[in-house]
Amino acid sequence: MKISMDIELKDIPGQLVLALKPVSDFGGNILSVLHQREKKTPSGKIPVQVVLEIAETATAERRLEGLVEELKKQGVNVVRVGKERLRESVVVLLIGHIVHTDLRETIDKIDRTGFAEVVALTLSMPGVNKKSSASVTVSAVGREELKAALKILEATADGKGIAVVSPI
Amino acid sequence: MKRKNETVRISIIGFGYVGSGVAEVVTRKRAEIARKHGLDLKIVGVADLRGVVVDEDGLSAKTLRKLSAGERGVGSWKEAAAEGLTSLDLIKEVEHEVVVEATPTNVETGEPGLTHIISALEAGRHVVTSNKGPLALEYRRLTELAARRGRELRFEAAVGGAMPLISLVRQNLAGNGVISLRGILNGTCNYILTRMAEEGLPYEHVLKEAKELGIAETDPSKDVEGTDTAVKLVILANSVFERNATYKDVAVAGITEITTDALRLASEAGFVIKLIGEVNKEGFLRVAPRLVPKADPLNVGGTLNVAKVKTDLAGEITVIGKGAGPIEAASAVLSDIIWTAKHF
Ligand SMILES: NC(=O)c1ccc[n+]([C@@H]2O[C@H](COP(=O)([O-])OP(=O)(O)OC[C@H]3O[C@@H](n4cnc5c(N)ncnc54)[C@H](OP(=O)(O)O)[C@@H]3O)[C@@H](O)[C@H]2O)c1
Repeated sequence: MKISMDIELKDIPGQLVLALKPVSDFGGNILSVLHQREKKTPSGKIPVQVVLEIAETATAERRLEGLVEELKKQGVNVVRVGKERLRESVVVLLIGHIVHTDLRETIDKIDRTGFAEVVALTLSMPGVNKKSSASVTVSAVGREELKAALKILEATADGKGIAVVSPI
Repeated sequence: MKRKNETVRISIIGFGYVGSGVAEVVTRKRAEIARKHGLDLKIVGVADLRGVVVDEDGLSAKTLRKLSAGERGVGSWKEAAAEGLTSLDLIKEVEHEVVVEATPTNVETGEPGLTHIISALEAGRHVVTSNKGPLALEYRRLTELAARRGRELRFEAAVGGAMPLISLVRQNLAGNGVISLRGILNGTCNYILTRMAEEGLPYEHVLKEAKELGIAETDPSKDVEGTDTAVKLVILANSVFERNATYKDVAVAGITEITTDALRLASEAGFVIKLIGEVNKEGFLRVAPRLVPKADPLNVGGTLNVAKVKTDLAGEITVIGKGAGPIEAASAVLSDIIWTAKHF
């Protein structure tokens, strides 16, 4: 189970390490950390977005609750625990020799980020040696992550001579 | 109270579709412009490769019609043309106020338009042009020259044809900070993508059809490869965003890769594909096929052009109009002539 969590840290050194340590104690695996130092809250805290993975066992929910409790105990402000993890989505089109150039690899690159995934894909192949077209839906935990995922997609496509049509 | 009309003498350099369109609208609107604006517009000379025709009292409607692009009769030019007179002689030697420059666009050298515009400004004449080349290459040099000479250089017709865009931003939205500008600036590409999407026809087929209808030129590469849109973006970047951009600053992709499958997939996801030119105040310039939500104001069909201006005070403003056509381009030229005459 992938979880995204918005937390707020005091602006003093060592806070991030302190906040991330309990994750492994509760059987979680950190996938990405977005430390938004420039976006301080009115009370002077630093917002951090953590995406983590917890093994899907019967105790997963309980371990997650335990983790949140532990963080609060340590003075970390837990603002949001995301069940609906992928909140931002975008559709892009790819045109070119998509299959020959290994579409799988392009998708894997995005899925491996931990903060974004290819959630839908429609492929249209008119015939051998003809250019195919695909519509790809990418979802991510937030707006910035979505932009980052699109950059990856564009760079990979560019390297393979595939045209990307992205939304305005 | 009746006041005397002010005479505005005009020369037209490049008497093709746009040039003769200007002659036609000036003739057709003459009485109305005199009544509404107190201006008496007079065309005192026209020039193109066939020759130069001058009448300091104003060429008659009949003569202008005979010389116009519709009737490519060389005979009437031979008869009327002043022996040995060149376009530059007309610009420099014949007394008049406004030079309309409407020769073909050349984005490599800017010529012959560049020399025409420089000579006109140096001779103390205002310039109204539909020619993109000189503006895309030497925008700063030309505007500085115009400022030094205290003369006006206007070019509404060069970007977006009939669609008021430059004056919209500079005059109507004066005081606003412009954040970005994006739109469809090439009617040929819009026609092709619209037809492909609506009829499910392949690119080559629709391109052929567009050529037959006279919507695409015999060599459509400047349009379909995005060059024309890029050149217009450069002019917008320089005039609206006060940058010193050139064609090399634009990331350009055209529409030649777009497939009917891609258009269908886009439609299923709620989008159309349009060739969008985009420029913002950070100096980012890009031409690329983009997904436009079907309900977005930028989704206009056929050969229409559209531009969405994002500003800090007025928010978003969208204009839609015909980007090409001799009378449409002449509409923008005429409006620039009237503005100039009333402000100087
Ligand atoms: N057509 C449109 O809808 C439209 C819209 C907006 C802007 N524009 C721009 O407006 C300009 C004119 O377009 P157009 O459609 O009217 O083109 P056009 O029909 O080809 O007209 C160009 C005219 O310029 C003449 N010419 C060429 N070299 C010349 C020179 N050295 N000195 C004097 N005249 C010269 C040509 O003479 P010959 O016929 O003897 O060769 C022709 O009469 C272009 O820069 C175009 O990009 C056009």
